[in-house]
Amino acid sequence: MQYQEVATCDIEKQAERIDTEGVYRLAAMFANDERSITGNFAIYYIFVGGGGLHGLKTMVQGGGNLEFPSLTPIFQNAAWYEREIHDLFGLVPIGHPDLRRLVLHENWPVGLYPLRKDFNVEQEIPEANIPYSMASVHGEGVFEVPVGPIHAGIIEPGHFRFSQSGEQIINLDAKLFFTHRGIEKGVEGLPVELALYQAERICGACSVSHALSYCQAIETMSHTKIPPKAECIRVVIAELERLYNHVGDIGNLCAGVGFSVGISHGSWLKELLMRLNERITGNRFLRGMVIPGGVHMDISSEFSREIQQELDEILEKFRELMGLLQDNSTFLDRVNYTGILARQAALDLGVVGVAARASGIDIDMRRDYPYSIYQQLKFIVPVHTSGDVAARLWVRAEEVEQSLAMIQQILATMPSGSEGLAVVIPPITPYSSSLGWSESARGGNLHWLMVGEDNRIYRYFVRSASYHNWPAVTVAVLGNIIPDFPLINKSFELCYACLDR
Amino acid sequence: MINILKKIIYTGTLTEKQDEGETPPRFRGEVIVDHAGCQDCKRCATLCPTKAIVITGSTMCINHNACIFCGRCVEHCESQQLHHTKQYELATVSNCLEEHMGQGVKASIRSALGRSLHIRHVDVGSCNACDFEMSALGNPIYDLQQYGIDFVPSPRHADMLMVTGVVTRNLTQALRMTYEAVPTPKIVMAVGACAASGQVFPSSYATRGAVDRIIPVDVFVPGCPPRPQALLYGLLLAMNKFKTI
Repeated sequence: MQYQEVATCDIEKQAERIDTEGVYRLAAMFANDERSITGNFAIYYIFVGGGGLHGLKTMVQGGGNLEFPSLTPIFQNAAWYEREIHDLFGLVPIGHPDLRRLVLHENWPVGLYPLRKDFNVEQEIPEANIPYSMASVHGEGVFEVPVGPIHAGIIEPGHFRFSQSGEQIINLDAKLFFTHRGIEKGVEGLPVELALYQAERICGACSVSHALSYCQAIETMSHTKIPPKAECIRVVIAELERLYNHVGDIGNLCAGVGFSVGISHGSWLKELLMRLNERITGNRFLRGMVIPGGVHMDISSEFSREIQQELDEILEKFRELMGLLQDNSTFLDRVNYTGILARQAALDLGVVGVAARASGIDIDMRRDYPYSIYQQLKFIVPVHTSGDVAARLWVRAEEVEQSLAMIQQILATMPSGSEGLAVVIPPITPYSSSLGWSESARGGNLHWLMVGEDNRIYRYFVRSASYHNWPAVTVAVLGNIIPDFPLINKSFELCYACLDR
Repeated sequence: MINILKKIIYTGTLTEKQDEGETPPRFRGEVIVDHAGCQDCKRCATLCPTKAIVITGSTMCINHNACIFCGRCVEHCESQQLHHTKQYELATVSNCLEEHMGQGVKASIRSALGRSLHIRHVDVGSCNACDFEMSALGNPIYDLQQYGIDFVPSPRHADMLMVTGVVTRNLTQALRMTYEAVPTPKIVMAVGACAASGQVFPSSYATRGAVDRIIPVDVFVPGCPPRPQALLYGLLLAMNKFKTI
């Protein structure tokens, strides 16, 4: 993918033009310390829309005042990207409305920028205590409810500050990035084959999607064509990942309303799928299958038939579960009209995946920016328009059927023979870069890679689906009652680990 | 309503016994080495993504706490001396309790907690796979409550902390405060390779390594993530329900 180089002073003008034309939406934005290559910091902007990708790049002079114009007034979803660049690179977005810390918390000292190349990774970092203010609402009868970072259930950590008027939520501020592990910095200097293990472990529930995006970025960069059978197997396991996530999430939604029969059946079906995953890849989260250049294990035609048979049985049970939910007025009463995300809000925030499709936005990277063999498969992208918890539930349920149909299509026509499941990644031209993407159960995961000398990683950037969807949760809960927050949150089913990296 | 009752009745009981979990042929469990045929090429140690293979002189040792069971060492061993077994019951008890309180106190804690165990989960930087496997323990197949074990919403109600993930800078304070909030006597279990070794994501500006670098750990459960049966084994081990310890 080519990046059009734009002078820093012209970037706003370009962004306004893109916004007015209305074809592209901001999909990712990140910085790269290229001072050793060009003497500058580079900021990359990736736009997607209308089946195409568009890239912009601007240079911030290494020795200069390290400022660049903020695009947040034009694209709302630039807000977090710019705060992240501010935290990690010390580049200042001029005109940003809220430059609180994002990725680094109060404990991080001022003036240290870990993603710069001259940051000494061995140094002892002193403890700091920088003030961090949470947004709050003042007025008669308004009170605050702080929740987290350690939650009451088995949930990942995040801090939520609700401003309440009675039971109604009038504002929600989320402080996240508690599980920030610095993976992007951690893999710098690693050979591409070794960094895979960390890419695959960015998130448990999106292991395949991350591995796939990562490997596809490397394969594009090195002009590698992977064997046809490997493509088939990759798509099968990517869809299996979507399946166990969606089925598990539907069961979990029942937990949000206290419907025990739904919880039990949902978690049972998820367990059956996890066991199938373990049979196919040796790991319940499908880890170890996708590798740069192909896949690691074969699926024989006999094994295909067994998988198909098992999936048929699971589908039957899944339909029974959905029947219980569709007929249940007490359940429907809780999910209908709860946590509505309006279409325009979803568009402004650049929401992706299930959440977007439930708010009437017809996007899916598998169809719009086809990768692997998705172009050869027949499938429908379900879209609902009500934007509530129910819509996100029905989209998932319909996608389960679609994923099963896709797996069936592939297993029936997959080439036989296990020769050639992977090819070797050839030496990559130093400082070339590329983008890989895939549609996870939560939406598009984008990975951008620049490889330095000896096939070692120079810069790795990960934009997960949750990165665009988290801000939508704080919008969707407004006007709802606080006991519905767990339900609304579960209906988005976002990963903290994907977001925090 | 009728449909719900019908579904409950004809589904029946799904719960399995603790030792019923079979492992499929492709399952990658404990890594064992056949020292006799080892050519000492040290390839496995270099290739291991989490540096779980430690070679000192001529002895080779596999640190299962750090192993992510990816199979890379087994696959690349030229003399084919490394193998995966089906063994997933790899949890170990540290001598932490003994050091602090002596054998007698340890036994009494275990006998007291042996009847029931209340657990609080703390995610200090996990990828969520270990967390999902802990949630799976509550599904009808494993039905954790049959052993008298349950997850509780507050550390003040808990006997044990199950900690997942490599300790991040941003969660260190939360981990310390949660540990302080658990009434004594308390047990800490480090779940999965990140929590048990901290080596999955090597030290970075954002992490502080394994859980035992911040608070004392009593039980280590290897795995990436450990399957629910492996967690169950670790829990029952902590409760002294096995004669082997």
